[in-house]
Amino acid sequence: MKILMTVQDSSIAPRFDQATEVIIIEHEGEKQLGEPRTIILPHKSADEISDLIIKEGIQCVICGGIEDNFYRFLTWKKISVIDGVIGSHHQALQMALAGTLQPGLVLSSARKEE
Amino acid sequence: MHDDSSTLFSDIAVSHLLDSIPHGIAVIDRDLRIVVINQFLEALTGLVLADVRGVYVDFVLRSNIAGRGRTFREVLDSGETVVLDGDIVSRDRRKIPMQFTLSPLRNRREESVGLVIALDDLSTVTASAGIGHDADETDSIIGQSPKMREVFDLIPLMAHTEASVLITGETGTGKDKVAEAIHKRSSRATKPFIKINCGALPEPLLESELFGYVKGAFTGAVKDKPGMFRLAQGGTLFLTEVGDMPLPLQVKLLSVLDDREFFPLGGEKKVKVDVRIIAATHRPLKQRVAAGEFREDLYYRLNVLHLHLPPLRERETDSRFLLNHFLRTFAERTGSSVKTFSDEALKQLMGYPFPGNIRELRNIVEYCVNICQSRQVDVEHLPKYLISRLATVSMPPEALEATAAPSVVEQTLPRSQETVKDWLAIEKELIITTLTQTRGNRSKAADILGWGRTTLWRKLKIHGLVAAQEHGTIKGSA
Repeated sequence: MKILMTVQDSSIAPRFDQATEVIIIEHEGEKQLGEPRTIILPHKSADEISDLIIKEGIQCVICGGIEDNFYRFLTWKKISVIDGVIGSHHQALQMALAGTLQPGLVLSSARKEE
Repeated sequence: MHDDSSTLFSDIAVSHLLDSIPHGIAVIDRDLRIVVINQFLEALTGLVLADVRGVYVDFVLRSNIAGRGRTFREVLDSGETVVLDGDIVSRDRRKIPMQFTLSPLRNRREESVGLVIALDDLSTVTASAGIGHDADETDSIIGQSPKMREVFDLIPLMAHTEASVLITGETGTGKDKVAEAIHKRSSRATKPFIKINCGALPEPLLESELFGYVKGAFTGAVKDKPGMFRLAQGGTLFLTEVGDMPLPLQVKLLSVLDDREFFPLGGEKKVKVDVRIIAATHRPLKQRVAAGEFREDLYYRLNVLHLHLPPLRERETDSRFLLNHFLRTFAERTGSSVKTFSDEALKQLMGYPFPGNIRELRNIVEYCVNICQSRQVDVEHLPKYLISRLATVSMPPEALEATAAPSVVEQTLPRSQETVKDWLAIEKELIITTLTQTRGNRSKAADILGWGRTTLWRKLKIHGLVAAQEHGTIKGSA
């Protein structure tokens, strides 16, 4: 299974379409497989991130605010989207692996992150 | 008095004060972390203050203006209020255009302690007619141009009076939508809004539709019919294409407007009505009055409040805005993956004058979304009539003559003298439209038309669109 997170520094990026960095993680159940892969995008583009998600065969996307058309496109492609997440991408990933990450969640790490 | 007000302010909880403001408000500290947000912003973001207090502002606003906090820090450093246009992504995943006002916040010692961020929803400007949240988003009135903003400003004013309104404007400019918007914003909003097209029905039928009839009034009148006036009781009657109303009926309408009562066809009892009239027409009513085709007294009776809707070619930036809006709407509705227009397709569309205004623009976009199978609408996805028209006006006749290979242009352009005449007329019309659109700026017009400046000059001379004095200068300089 593959998870993609749109990130800004150590946090989940506030907006999907404004993100220029993504992290891809492979996992099996709660176990992470190998090292996370960071991809720096040449520019901000929700279209390009969507294309990347499809190309990489991602099954779950963790992001901040996302426009409905992209959300619907991804879910139509049978990709689970956990959006509106605020907090560190590390904590978000741990919670996602544990199956406790919910859309719109403000994580405890959010007050420490910038 | 001073003491009273001091006591009052010291007693007010800041959050209550902010909650009374109908805009999103965020107060942040010097570390750009949320101190307080008001209920309006809570509703927009779907986040509650208790969860986001102390969270870095941009994670809460989800705006495109923050630049990783740089924008906010600049305001903190400069101490100057800054107004920026941008957008946010709301809790319901909508990208909402916003005007952000960033103001420095100082304590009693005039020390900078943070910022107040006020978010003004620009989509409410675009749909301030109050129908922006209709289930069918394409029913909204949309526009950002100054001329449309004037219209948006007038709609609430017109809604709050009982006077008759006359809406004028070319076909496809949204007269019906504006009429409905006025009704929906008025105190009659909960009552019926009845629309009747005065140009679509023959006189006797229109009369019975408007005023109703009683059983036995004429052959076939087997039961009473209330008529539109009575159906609209307490609400608004919208008379569209009122300029086409037959003269005899105009007299009866005037009488109803004056007396607020009428006799249904064949009836002996007067019916009292409380109906507000909104009328619309694409015809120049004043000229029709002068020609004796429209009653002057009715014209003045309807024209108490007048609202003119500008054609799309006068709405500057709105064409592009509307193209994107309808593309998004139709793509969502049809589940299409179309996302954008290619540069070339956009250039072609922006160069087209849209004589059918928004209705035509909307239909063109709907066509594109249905035809296009990729993520980007290209020229090949535009309706053929549009391509041929654009090709016609952008190619000189000699070039057309020289074109040997069969093409869309060639197929749609018979080379008769008559067609050349038509072509010249279209070209002249397009030049005038484009120059109107650019407010006479020939460089911009040349750009839009896809011509060089010299080509535009030459064509202006051909069509006699250059003043005699200017003509001389050109000759002299040539």
